[in-house]
Amino acid sequence: MARQSALKDSTQKKSATNLRDVGDAKAKHLAPSLDRLIHERMRLGIVSALAANESLTFNDLKSLMNTTDGNLSVHARKLEDGGYIACTKSFEGRLPKTEYKLTVAGRRALESYLSHMETLIHQMRNS
Amino acid sequence: MGSIHLVIPEKEEPPALHERAMDNLKYIRETMERATAFTGISGWGQVAIGFTAIASASISAQQKTFKAWLAVWMAEAVIALLIAGWSIDRKARAAKMPLLSGPGRKVAFSLSPPIFAGAIVTVVLYRAGLTNAIPGLWLLLYGTGVLTGGMFSVSVVPIMGLCFMALGAATFFVPAEYANWLMAAGFGGLHIVFGVIIARRYGG
Repeated sequence: MARQSALKDSTQKKSATNLRDVGDAKAKHLAPSLDRLIHERMRLGIVSALAANESLTFNDLKSLMNTTDGNLSVHARKLEDGGYIACTKSFEGRLPKTEYKLTVAGRRALESYLSHMETLIHQMRNS
Repeated sequence: MGSIHLVIPEKEEPPALHERAMDNLKYIRETMERATAFTGISGWGQVAIGFTAIASASISAQQKTFKAWLAVWMAEAVIALLIAGWSIDRKARAAKMPLLSGPGRKVAFSLSPPIFAGAIVTVVLYRAGLTNAIPGLWLLLYGTGVLTGGMFSVSVVPIMGLCFMALGAATFFVPAEYANWLMAAGFGGLHIVFGVIIARRYGG
């Protein structure tokens, strides 16, 4: 009896996995074209935060993303190198101030990433 | 002697692509909401409130009765609320975020409890004839609301809340004839000074 139930469970699990595989296979052809630069969580967060603000300072972003100086610097530099954000350095009194803005390319990249995600969800719902 | 069974834990399946996509969209929306709330308070709105408060202080100073004085400041509170709502909505729209998604909700939730408490205690003090304590109470409780709401915002906002609280505490200990001018310094002066700082640093 127990064996029959285990067998039934296993069959159900397999069919669920198969269904998922079929859906994923449909969606996977979209995955290679994903923008890897903003797909990473921290970078996606930085771009999203800057999309909602004209500009944010390094400290604002650090506090918003709840991260360390080093981690934020690394990811911000990658986005800057990719041309998605622009960085300006200035002095406020004697204190250095680093400010970030989203570039046109960055906004476009976020929009295209959003539509990519929506397409994925839409395809899965229709499958 | 009992037999030993090797238990191999079942591997958790990785989330499906569409689940990850939904999770990413949720993350983007939440980050944008948090970022909008972060700088959602309108600096120029605060400046406008400051000027109307100074005008109200000069009008209320000419009133002969406490009731008339109270009516002027009540009208000012309504005007300030309308200006604050309009300016936050404008800033949220500029960032393409709906007002009630983040900034509006956080400001409303943090400011409402102390304002409600202030209204109740005002009635109690008025009935007890302790009207001299009302200006200090208003400044103190407004500062409390700004300080708690400001915890989700840029660092200058909680500092403004602290200044209001300090001014409110001082108002309790100065002669009653100065209370109206301390209200002007707080609701007028502090709003203008911090409003300009917020507008210059955080885009409007």
